[in-house]
Amino acid sequence: MTKQQANWSPYDNNGGSCVAIAGADYCVVAADTRMSTGYNILTRDYSKLCKLADKCVMASSGFQADVKALQKHLAARHLIYQHQHNKQMSCPAMAQLLSNTLYYKRFFPYYSFNVLGGLDNEGKGCVFTYDAVGSYEKVGYSSQGSGSTLIMPFLDNQLKSPSPLLLPAQDAVTPLVEAEAVDLVKTVFASASERDIYTGDKLEIVVINADGIHREYMDLRKD
Amino acid sequence: MNCMDSKQPETGLLGPESDSQRTLYPYVTGTSVVALKYKDGILMAADMGGSYGSTLRYKSVERMKPIGKHSLLGASGEISDFQEILRYLDELILYDNMWDDGNSLGPKEVHNYLTRVMYNRRNKFNPLWNSLVLGGVKNGQTYLGMVSMIGVNFEDNHVATGFGNHLARPILRQEWHENLSFEEGVKLLEKCMRVLLYRDRSAVNKLQIAKITEEGVTISQPYSLKTHWEFSAFQNPTQGAVGSW
Repeated sequence: MTKQQANWSPYDNNGGSCVAIAGADYCVVAADTRMSTGYNILTRDYSKLCKLADKCVMASSGFQADVKALQKHLAARHLIYQHQHNKQMSCPAMAQLLSNTLYYKRFFPYYSFNVLGGLDNEGKGCVFTYDAVGSYEKVGYSSQGSGSTLIMPFLDNQLKSPSPLLLPAQDAVTPLVEAEAVDLVKTVFASASERDIYTGDKLEIVVINADGIHREYMDLRKD
Repeated sequence: MNCMDSKQPETGLLGPESDSQRTLYPYVTGTSVVALKYKDGILMAADMGGSYGSTLRYKSVERMKPIGKHSLLGASGEISDFQEILRYLDELILYDNMWDDGNSLGPKEVHNYLTRVMYNRRNKFNPLWNSLVLGGVKNGQTYLGMVSMIGVNFEDNHVATGFGNHLARPILRQEWHENLSFEEGVKLLEKCMRVLLYRDRSAVNKLQIAKITEEGVTISQPYSLKTHWEFSAFQNPTQGAVGSW
């Protein structure tokens, strides 16, 4: 019998876009809920957001099975941290842990593209953006995933972050108020779903502020 | 003296293919499984063909099996890998039962277990070549999920593997609703299976429909669908296609 299938691959790209925006006293983290493989939609209602700590949410796209393994690993590590220190991990600490976790699998990577959003110890919004092998950077806003090529330049245009080369270092948080940031996120996803076939169905937005975590949804294009 | 002629052993990242002990491609495969939630539980359909490449080699392969008290598993892909998964699950259920504590594994737990098994095997570059559909009912909760060969997993109100994803899910998305009765559910599944029979070359007209509710699993006897091959498009497929041979 001749071989009929293409060579097996341990990876797949299940698509999806993630966005996070940090403000002075809040952080918005958002992702669409579509999960695809090739030209197929597997499901229209799969959450890409994961609450890692009280003030820390991760949005991940890429290969769903790796993302799930990564989320479970971080949850387990956070549980150990709580037992050892009797407190929730801070967002910057979780950011370092995520980087180390990704780099630990440098030569068989987790195929996941993450943005981590939350509040730092002063209650200020913070966003960390990653590549699949753990390089990370603290920024004021970021986008990852299939629609990032459409979303990121739009955010750059609207938010104009100060250059990271400036000395003394400038604060990266955006000047927007919370409601404006949420509106901006809705706009970028509505735009991305016009052109990116892997982004659509529904938008899940999480807002982290002093009051805690608040979640809302918005419908996107389903085609 | 053509050194290109000397047969070099195929040494890729995974070593020579000839003495590999891994599933690099499937041998005997089953095609689509289609399943949906309905009023009282889950309905699942699969035909009974086992293809050896493009040869329809086996015609009575049962591709849906009950797992424990509350779950039903359907599989497409490599039949032998599916049977190995059934052995894993039998052991899992047996060892869980030996605690004799009155607890039992529900569909959610079984689905999660399958997720880990599939992902673990892909991490070893030795996949179980299947798409699995797991449905079940426990404590009034209906559950329907899928796992792929490389560990991608999700839940939905209706799922389909392989060709079913292309041909059956659009029908399901259009016609499915929460309060489907048993009769309506079976009718909808038969509609999907008929489309698959017409358009999926590895589908055979011998299928089973399985039902799982709070009362337990029932898998139907094999039966056939009524077909109609006298459509003019089937009789003369190129008529009207100007310029086609």
